[in-house]
Amino acid sequence: MPISATEVAVRTEALVKTYGATRALDGVDLEIPAGKVLGLLGPNGAGKTTMVRILTTLLRPDSGRAWVAGHDVLADPNAVRKSIGLSGQYAAVDENLTGYENLYMVGRLYGMKPAAARNRAQQLIARFQLSDAADRPAKTYSGGMRRRLDLAGALVAEPTVVVLDEPTTGLDPRGRMDTWEVISELVSDGTTVLLTTQYLEEADQLAHNIMVIDKGKVIAEGSADELKAQVGGERLELVVADASELPTALRVLSDVGSGQPSADEHTRRVEVLVDAGPKALIEALRRLDAESVSVTDVGLHRPTLDDVFLSLTGHAAEETQGGAA
Amino acid sequence: MTVITKGLVDGRVVAWRNLMNVRRNPDWLFAATVQPIMFVLLFAYVFGDAIGQSMGGGTGGEVYREFLIAGIFAQTVAFNSAFTVIGFANDLQKGIIDRFRSLPMSRLAVILGRTTSDLAVSVVALVVMSLCGLIVGWRIRGSFVDAVLGYLVLLLFAFAMSWIGALIGLVARSVEVAQSAGLMWMFPVSFISSAFVPVHLLPGFLQTLAEWNPFTAVVNAAREQFGNTFGNPPTGWPAENATLYAILSCVVIIAVFAPLATARYRKVASK
Repeated sequence: MPISATEVAVRTEALVKTYGATRALDGVDLEIPAGKVLGLLGPNGAGKTTMVRILTTLLRPDSGRAWVAGHDVLADPNAVRKSIGLSGQYAAVDENLTGYENLYMVGRLYGMKPAAARNRAQQLIARFQLSDAADRPAKTYSGGMRRRLDLAGALVAEPTVVVLDEPTTGLDPRGRMDTWEVISELVSDGTTVLLTTQYLEEADQLAHNIMVIDKGKVIAEGSADELKAQVGGERLELVVADASELPTALRVLSDVGSGQPSADEHTRRVEVLVDAGPKALIEALRRLDAESVSVTDVGLHRPTLDDVFLSLTGHAAEETQGGAA
Repeated sequence: MTVITKGLVDGRVVAWRNLMNVRRNPDWLFAATVQPIMFVLLFAYVFGDAIGQSMGGGTGGEVYREFLIAGIFAQTVAFNSAFTVIGFANDLQKGIIDRFRSLPMSRLAVILGRTTSDLAVSVVALVVMSLCGLIVGWRIRGSFVDAVLGYLVLLLFAFAMSWIGALIGLVARSVEVAQSAGLMWMFPVSFISSAFVPVHLLPGFLQTLAEWNPFTAVVNAAREQFGNTFGNPPTGWPAENATLYAILSCVVIIAVFAPLATARYRKVASK
């Protein structure tokens, strides 16, 4: 079914891809409205990269269909390639070419005339703050600079859809912030972005919508807030001055909380999920004070996407790292 | 733009990129010439007198050195196909092939660009090896046109071998595997031929194999065109029609390996 590219930029229906006995994608439906960012979240081996490779025509699915910018990925891969920019997990930069030459080459391969490719390369060099390094071979670049160059390469043809496969994996905090800034700019220009990441914080920061996949299946979908709401309310945490006060603290928290409280003897920390955060916090402190329990630290935390992941999959996002990608 | 023009334009861009890589990493060119120079010196001065005497052409070593150079030329360009292998294995590992495959560019262009840029490396290697040959006493004794034809056959052979290299590079699972797989098979192919020793001096059961080895045809064609033949010319159809057989073999190799490599490129997945 052809769809209007002005409303839905990317769409998949029941995508399946298997490698031997492993179902890398097990019937994934996905939709990204034009101009929005979808964060595809999951541990290594969840199927993120397989999804990216199918949408960028690098891989054919076993079954199911996919459209990018209105073009069928299987029937018209070349039209898809003209509409997308891909920036990969490993910056696909030619180390021996200069930054400028890398971008010029990509422009020429998108079919731009030499003059147009030169202009575009210069624009992007300036925009990505690579002017000082433009004429140095890319092998002299830092990790962050390489990543910026790779991102710039994805934008050469001003694609309507940009696919970013783990754009900040392996970057230092500074490089990560830089990359986030670039992605935010892209979004404000109206580009549709599919972003895969293992970092919950990253999806939280950048994505309008988040899709969590694990073992090839979609296990949750929605905005960051909606996903957090699935886990429940807030988490009340407090630390008592002396370990002997832990039983009293547990009793109080089990009264004010909505779930079973837990305690850690070593750090003297007690925590519980609560529905009405501030109210429960005041109540807990008042009762602890009445029982003469001295509290050294207290906090009310909204659940992180880590909590979401843990509650959805039964394991933390980091746990399966190092498995097959 | 038609499919063919787009393919040629893209191929030129890819070839430009590969040659920039060679220019910024001249060790490649160094490697492409040092090894054959070593072969010339070893064969010419270690085995030269012995083989030269068995050939019965005259004064031993000198005759052999003139005989040897065409074999070294063919070996040099054949071994250069290892650069095609390693080039593809590297591009695959670094994700460059993924980027190329996600671009609206001609599928054939990536391989065509690589095989033509490696051809340029072979031209440089042949120039260096010719100078090396002149130093040890090799001479072009035929006409200018014949010599040009000799070089063209060698370059056609280089181009053909490069397509085999493209397939190996796209199949290899790692750069390290590519490195050894790209060279390994070349040793028997170049040694069981007329490159270093006349075919009639090889063990009987290998003679037929060597006679029909396309490598022999290329070497014999080059010897013939450069006027480096001695004693009784080798007999049999492949030897008597060496240039024709060499060109035919190269055309067949390209016709077989170009579609195979292109098909592999469509499917190949990076690590």
